[in-house]
Amino acid sequence: MADQVLTIPDSLNVSSRQITDETFLERLHDWVVTVDHKKLGILYVLYSVFFLFVAGAEALCIRIQLLRAHNHFLSAAVFNRFFTMHGTTMVFLVGMPILFGFANYLIPLMIGARDMAFPRLNAFSFWLTAFGGLLLYFSFIGGFGLYGVGSAPDVGWFAYAPLTARAFSPGHSTDYWALALIVSGFGTLGTAINIIATVLSMRCRGMTLWRMPLFAWLMFVVSGLTLITITPLTAAQIMLLIDRYLGGHFFDTQAGGSAVVWMHFFWIFGHPEVYVLVMPAFAIANEIIPVFSRKAIFGYPAMVAASAAIAFVSLGVWAHHMFTVGMTSVSNAFFTLSTMLVGVPTGIKIFNWLATMWGGRIRFATPMLFCTGFLFQFLLAGLTGIMLSVSPLDWQLHNSYFVIAHFHYVLVGAIVFNIFAAIYYWYPKATGRMLGETLGKWHFWLFLIGFHITFDTMHFLGFMGMPRSIYTFEPDRGWDRLNMIVSIGGFIQGIAVLIFAVNLVWSYYRGQPAGDDPWDAWTLEWTTSSPPPEYNFATEPVVRSRRPLWDLKHPEDPDWRYEQ
Amino acid sequence: MSTISLAPLTPDQPLDLPSRGRVGMLSLIIGESAIFTIFVVAYVFYIGKSLYGPTPAQVLEVPIFNTVCLLSSSFFIWLAEGSIEKNRMRRFLLWWSTTICLGIVFLVGTAREWLKLIYHDGLTIRTNLFGTTFYSLVGLHATHVVVGLLMLLLVLVFTLTGHVKESHTERIQVLALYWHFVDAVWVVVFTVVYIIGR
Repeated sequence: MADQVLTIPDSLNVSSRQITDETFLERLHDWVVTVDHKKLGILYVLYSVFFLFVAGAEALCIRIQLLRAHNHFLSAAVFNRFFTMHGTTMVFLVGMPILFGFANYLIPLMIGARDMAFPRLNAFSFWLTAFGGLLLYFSFIGGFGLYGVGSAPDVGWFAYAPLTARAFSPGHSTDYWALALIVSGFGTLGTAINIIATVLSMRCRGMTLWRMPLFAWLMFVVSGLTLITITPLTAAQIMLLIDRYLGGHFFDTQAGGSAVVWMHFFWIFGHPEVYVLVMPAFAIANEIIPVFSRKAIFGYPAMVAASAAIAFVSLGVWAHHMFTVGMTSVSNAFFTLSTMLVGVPTGIKIFNWLATMWGGRIRFATPMLFCTGFLFQFLLAGLTGIMLSVSPLDWQLHNSYFVIAHFHYVLVGAIVFNIFAAIYYWYPKATGRMLGETLGKWHFWLFLIGFHITFDTMHFLGFMGMPRSIYTFEPDRGWDRLNMIVSIGGFIQGIAVLIFAVNLVWSYYRGQPAGDDPWDAWTLEWTTSSPPPEYNFATEPVVRSRRPLWDLKHPEDPDWRYEQ
Repeated sequence: MSTISLAPLTPDQPLDLPSRGRVGMLSLIIGESAIFTIFVVAYVFYIGKSLYGPTPAQVLEVPIFNTVCLLSSSFFIWLAEGSIEKNRMRRFLLWWSTTICLGIVFLVGTAREWLKLIYHDGLTIRTNLFGTTFYSLVGLHATHVVVGLLMLLLVLVFTLTGHVKESHTERIQVLALYWHFVDAVWVVVFTVVYIIGR
């Protein structure tokens, strides 16, 4: 792999880690004032990985509390804060920033540009997101001060009205929640605008839209979806703040306002948000699966069309979160059918990935292991999603552990697995060193086993009627043993993530040098040195097909002969 | 293997790519439209749901003059865009200042309307649902007018100091896009608040 000698015209002879005599302060200053898309991308990823550990620790505390009936590890109030912060953190401070971090780092490299369209807006967006996260976590010590865990938000990540009204949420905890998310929401909006402008206006010569790597295509679709998805949440939170601070009545049921309107507004954001999170995971799979199957992606146009279709359909499914509110039967039928419709383009994607792997010479390196796990788990998550879309079944299962199991299958089984795959795949590009394969395999297998012990079992707890968000339960319900198993699985995942952390640090100093193109891949980011120089490409690359690096390596059989 | 000789697109020509400023501003406008949509939906949903008065029919007057001012400002900023494209800087200055004046007149009109509503009719944001939704929606739009005016004023200052040149045409047009958006939103707000909701 790495010993293959290639003459790539665009790569420069830059040593993999430049020896500099900068002081620590100078380097810190560099990172704080940077507008370089690669540094900002790395900052996004580090920020998210940090919060992944924080929110993971919160999840483990929740699992210790639920280890057995009548446990006294967390009080009821602290339990509420922990599950609220766990959900909010994972969605807004881990999921979105890490995926936008990858987009930031990779899109300019993949489309042959020197930076994003608006580098300063890029830095501004990152720091907004970062301060949003700090504000959210300041709630633990801010507000009314540090009693136990201070006044962190405790209204659930969906913050249903009227629980968020002044009367029921005194103090500032809910304000921290709303303000932090408004701030980081503007950061997200800025990044989405930046990605759209970059993809449309910054492509190198020959990089037509139909030759763009699917990663860039999907991030483009996701950014478009983000524009109209994050903003409704911002609007709803402004209304919430008007209610709380100016005495407005938007969600005040005693003055004619409606709590159900909040649910609609929240889920108009909340459901497309799931696709905002999962489509970058698809994007990652679209890059990794072909490279490790040694085949071009199967059905490129179908992949693009399916992504656009998912984005479009996802805008009309939000009320499947609200079947138990009591809607008309027409609404129930509509949202059941539209939700089932999402399964069609998603199914097309799964078949395309399978067809890409079919007959390929598959190399099960760590990134590919995680992507294979993703395929399997995402299929199951989709199937339980179809089950829940049936409104009568949803009436039975809503807000039970079945729902928790379903969406963790998507968020962990699909998204987190692919985030790990992406880190293993692109870490060599960003640092110049490979992540350790042995530790990587340990990480994968432990995480996979822990994941299935935890979340497979949760489905059964849901069938047995265990509701979500309860801080303890009665011993006579028969939930004891299964809860114990769920918690044990959680700790196995925790150990796996610790191994990952060790691997990240260890490989940075001791990892094998990677070279420019360790995976024998085909997209433009592998033509530059690892790590890439600040200007990315010394000369603007010229592209003639979807796999420019393949064309360079195989001049006797280039792709552009077959593509049109 | 049979070779299919397809003439590949000559990659040496640069692609015809859209301007990033325009794309960025259009994306921002799409995002902002979603924010306004939510506020408009809330307004429409809560029409007639206030438990106590005053009602829109009792207190609202249709702001015809205001509307004419704001909508005509879109026309004048369009004239300004044309002038800078042809490097007629004095005309640009004239049309640009007219736009700003019309924007300020609109804001003053809104302020007078609110003054009357608050002190004469006793309608504040906490009075009833109508007050909450009215001040939020009209206020959100007015906030956008203020932001737009600040940016227009910045350009005016730079024009007076002689820093704005013909080469800035595209940036001026991108900014004008935002102003057109603010005007277009007013059409929706006006229809919903003063025609449907009254």
